[in-house]
Amino acid sequence: MLNNIPILSLLIWLPIIGAGIIVFGTGQKHKQATQWIALITAMITFILSLIALNEFDSSRYYLQFLEDKSWIDSLNIRYSLGVDGISLPLIVLTSLMTMIVIISSWNQVKLRVSHYLAAFLTMCGLMNGVFASTDAILFYVMWEAMLVPMFLIIGIWGGPNRIYATLKFFIYTFFGSVFLLIALIYLGIQAGSEASGANFNIFDMHSLVIDADTQKLLFFAFLIAFAIKVPMWPVHTWLPDAHVQAPTGGSVILAAIMLKMGTYGFLRFMLPIVPDASFEMANFMIVLSLVAVAYIGFVALAQTDMKKLIAYSSIAHMGFVTLGLFISFSLVANNHVEAAVMGIQGALIQMISHGFISGALFLCIGILYERVHSREIGDYGGVVNVMPKFAMYFMLFSMANAGLPGTSGFVGEFMVILASFQVSFWIAAIAGLTLILAAAYTLWMYKRVMFGDISNDKVSAMEDIDLREKIVLVSLALLVLLFGLWPAPLLDVMQPSVQHLIDCNLVSKLSAEGMCS
Amino acid sequence: MMIQNQLLAIVLLPLLAALVVGLSGSLPRVWAHRLTVFAVAMSCILSVDVAIDQLTDQASPLNYNLYTWAQFGSFSMHVGFLIDDLTATMMAVVTFVSLMVHIYTVGYMKTDPDYQRFFSYISLFTFAMLTLVMSNNFMQLFFGWEAVGLVSYLLIGFWYKKPTAIFANLKAFLVNRVGDFGFLLGIAGVYFVFGTLDYAEVFEQVNNGYTDLLIPISDDIFWSATTFLCIGLFIGAMGKSAQVPLHVWLPDSMEGPTPISALIHAATMVTAGVFMVARMSPLFEQSEIALNFILIIGGTTALFMGFLGVIQNDIKRVIAYSTLSQLGYMVVALGASAYSVAIFHLVTHAFFKALLFLGAGSVIIAMHHEQDMRKMGNLKKYLPITYVTMLIGTLALIGTPLFSGFYSKDAIIESVQFSQLWASGYAYICVLIGVFFTALYSFRLFFMVFHTTERMDDETKSHLKEPSAVVWGPLIALAIPSLFIGYLLAPSMLSGEYFDGSIQVTEQHNSIAGIVEHYQHPFSLALGSVSHWPLWLAIAGVFTAYMVVVKKPELATKARKLLGPVNHILENNYYFDKIYINYISAGGVGLGHRFWKWIDVGIIDGIMVNGTAGLVASISAKVRHIQTGYLYHYVFVMVLGLLTLLGWLYWTALNH
Amino acid sequence: MIGLSDYLLLSAILFSISVAGIIINRKNVITLLMCIELMLLAVNTNFIAFSHFLHDTTGQVFVFFILTVAAAEAAIGLAIIVVLFRNKATIDVEQLNQLKG
Repeated sequence: MLNNIPILSLLIWLPIIGAGIIVFGTGQKHKQATQWIALITAMITFILSLIALNEFDSSRYYLQFLEDKSWIDSLNIRYSLGVDGISLPLIVLTSLMTMIVIISSWNQVKLRVSHYLAAFLTMCGLMNGVFASTDAILFYVMWEAMLVPMFLIIGIWGGPNRIYATLKFFIYTFFGSVFLLIALIYLGIQAGSEASGANFNIFDMHSLVIDADTQKLLFFAFLIAFAIKVPMWPVHTWLPDAHVQAPTGGSVILAAIMLKMGTYGFLRFMLPIVPDASFEMANFMIVLSLVAVAYIGFVALAQTDMKKLIAYSSIAHMGFVTLGLFISFSLVANNHVEAAVMGIQGALIQMISHGFISGALFLCIGILYERVHSREIGDYGGVVNVMPKFAMYFMLFSMANAGLPGTSGFVGEFMVILASFQVSFWIAAIAGLTLILAAAYTLWMYKRVMFGDISNDKVSAMEDIDLREKIVLVSLALLVLLFGLWPAPLLDVMQPSVQHLIDCNLVSKLSAEGMCS
Repeated sequence: MMIQNQLLAIVLLPLLAALVVGLSGSLPRVWAHRLTVFAVAMSCILSVDVAIDQLTDQASPLNYNLYTWAQFGSFSMHVGFLIDDLTATMMAVVTFVSLMVHIYTVGYMKTDPDYQRFFSYISLFTFAMLTLVMSNNFMQLFFGWEAVGLVSYLLIGFWYKKPTAIFANLKAFLVNRVGDFGFLLGIAGVYFVFGTLDYAEVFEQVNNGYTDLLIPISDDIFWSATTFLCIGLFIGAMGKSAQVPLHVWLPDSMEGPTPISALIHAATMVTAGVFMVARMSPLFEQSEIALNFILIIGGTTALFMGFLGVIQNDIKRVIAYSTLSQLGYMVVALGASAYSVAIFHLVTHAFFKALLFLGAGSVIIAMHHEQDMRKMGNLKKYLPITYVTMLIGTLALIGTPLFSGFYSKDAIIESVQFSQLWASGYAYICVLIGVFFTALYSFRLFFMVFHTTERMDDETKSHLKEPSAVVWGPLIALAIPSLFIGYLLAPSMLSGEYFDGSIQVTEQHNSIAGIVEHYQHPFSLALGSVSHWPLWLAIAGVFTAYMVVVKKPELATKARKLLGPVNHILENNYYFDKIYINYISAGGVGLGHRFWKWIDVGIIDGIMVNGTAGLVASISAKVRHIQTGYLYHYVFVMVLGLLTLLGWLYWTALNH
Repeated sequence: MIGLSDYLLLSAILFSISVAGIIINRKNVITLLMCIELMLLAVNTNFIAFSHFLHDTTGQVFVFFILTVAAAEAAIGLAIIVVLFRNKATIDVEQLNQLKG
């Protein structure tokens, strides 16, 4: 049925066209029409992504819904798209979160509504493009273009210190990208031939034979680009600032999707292209991940700004993703292939689940902010008295953030800890600290914000969530519970691709031996 | 197939009721309790049915998976049920006590505005506890384990306006999380050693002789993985079952409404740790170090928490410390490999401790939520039913012959005596002395509340009357098993037949073999107790309580003065709270603050990020003076540059 | 016979004069504009000279282009000067140092 429909192109361009319509068509004057067009566009995109998920043949590892058109012929850069079990769930997540952001900002944003919504739609298309690209340069273009709407979202609709935050965000991530571009150009030339010119197909890069020294250089180029995006300690300081200043929707997309780009990059570029260097540096990466989990956990404890707290908690949770990815090397080396699959799958699940949970938490904070106009924990207290319904959802997401079993937040962490114990007791023990730390900072915040007697007049004037907010929170709550109680369907989609990654890509690339075709 | 539907119904009915009551915002109060009580009652009837089938060996143990949670190659995690004697016993106890508490709550929470929410929570708790005990694998065990923790958290903080309540619930959750940290590592260790999380597969490997792996701690220190994972799992049990030093949350959890103190913090949830260790008996049998560790922790808890019970004045806190101490007894039995005895005490304790708590609740209702025993006295006149049932509970607790607590507690003491482990000597002394203090604090409470002079104010006195039937009904319903359950179960429990199959003990640890050997009829056991220490210690305890409370109250103050420093330590709960709050939690926050301010803000942001920007800015601040703004300067430099370039080209052309 | 080198010398002199004019003149923006025009004329001279001696008319075509552009440039330049004068009430080069760092 889908053979003739370029579904990935639609997923990329439909939201961008929608953005064009609301900027140039309805504009600022027709606020209602603008919002509805944006919402319908996002909904169609989301439905398309679901159709793609439905049509996706999850028993096979290779790319599906392929599209390939010439783009810049002289450099052999092609507009080629395709998804596998790793990227497709992320596309669905992107489309879903965009829709949720548009619903959640319905009454929240007053300034330049059409531009605001257009920025999110554009970003949705570009992020889908990042996940769907199979051409490295196309990937890079999408990757960079995505920064622009986010730069504007923070810079225009952000908090008082938004200029500093948005510049910091932009320069930090842009700095990393330059190295990525150099690496990609090098790889493109290497993968090509004298006769046909460069070859920027990512999957051709996977089967390149690269010597150890070059691998190391490429490793660091990738590391700088992706580690900043994840973000890994110590290049994480842009995130708390960006989150604090960003409007609610910006924070949601930033936490739910943008951070995933970094780990997606690790998975798509670093692990398969430079496996030997990654193997050599795996311990270094594991240490950084553990620092993220433990150190950042402590830092989160000291925060008094709710958004900053959740931002730090995001860094800690992303530490589990990088941990899951980089323990796979020594697991494969020790013949624990099952555990390696579990580690990487755990990392992937953590990516998806963190998208739901952090997104939901930022939405919750947004709901509070809308009513009291403060992010300081100290300005709240006893909110549960006036917002009992909200308190229930907030509790659920807080618990999910603390990794309570039965919520999706548990699944990834559990798998990564189980897998990492196979490598070393100490890795599992330090990673396991999250059990205590995440509970401490999340629930302590919850206690100070929600419990107790009503602390001031502003709190007593708060109104409970309305239908629109409820729809948003309920849908995320259901997803968090669904994947917590039954992650198998999601795992099944990813499984063949992850297995293929481990079988074919995590093997030595120093010579052509042992590589799968 | 029928039995599987039945099991599913047992688990899901309370969940369904909890969801309906909890999520339908405007459900009438009557329907809130009708629905949940009905669901739990059904669940209870079905559970008892299952238990009877299992215990009379009409049905063989059942182990099956409901659905696959996750699958990686040949390793898979499932959600499923394992039903055998042990599970069935737990299911029956949990649902029965839960049902009693549900009914009791109708009266106890009558005036509370959040009536529906409360019922939703306790039904949810029943669901969580059932998934815990019925699990057939570690993943689901951990789910149930944390889920009961969650509901406990919600219920301790039920009155969320009370600062003490919301402090207590956070504390309870975090202390439990410390235990769960060990628990999770234990589970990871199970996967490390056995490559599976399924109970049956793990036990099969243990029984068929497996190779223990070593865990490298450093380059030349290696730990036995089995010992490690047993201790890890037990640390989880220490959190949940409130063993020293993770016991601090349980006394504070008394901030929650009394029915949940009875259900969660006495009868069921806190015994989850004991249940878990008994469930894992094949595993724990493999590690003597772990068993010794358990004995020491259990003995310490049994004795030292008993001391604290003596000095409390809050009626619920006395019972809370008593619970801690009794949990210590159960844990000691586990350490002595007398798993069946531990479960036996768990069962009897569930009944009489729930009874004591509900009785205390009845007193609290009558006293209009006054919990200080110094303001009570002579309540036997006003609350006859509560008085009698409390007396039964107290006698059961101190181990009066023929009462239920007698059989289980005596069996614990005896099995520790028979244990061959080196820590058993210490544990034996602890539990023996503990008997005296159990009797002392129990009867101190009893005398202070029901005898002595009336110390309450007239206002309260004028309202004193027995609460309604929904309150005293469950008291009677619990008093009956408190009286007889020990007598009834003792024959099969103490002869070791009860849990055949679900609990395994190796030859060299078989401490209940001694009990089995000279096992007698329960009645003659009761008669024989005259010749044993525990009975006389208990009598001495009751007598002491009588002396200091009723006969000569001035003795208490004298003793307090005499034992000044000791008293000081006791009043501060051995300084556990002070150390945890002032050093560990404040230290953690302080550490986080320093990390943040010094490293994140100071070094990374200050020096590296903004420092780079600052460096560029300062260099360009100097360099910018070159830009004069005069056109002719620019042109001059341009021409100069052009000339230099041409000169350089010319020069290189010349040299070639 | 006037040779190519003479024309080139002339245009070099013209060009140097104009460069010197730009660098040395610190008073009047109009003089600067004239110097730039002079520079262009020097270039034009070069073009025509080469065109003539190499028998290639392309150079002359270029001269026409340059002349057109120079005319347009002069127009715009003068317009800018008018606006500048209106805003700053001066066209003194010494005063025009807003680009100063």
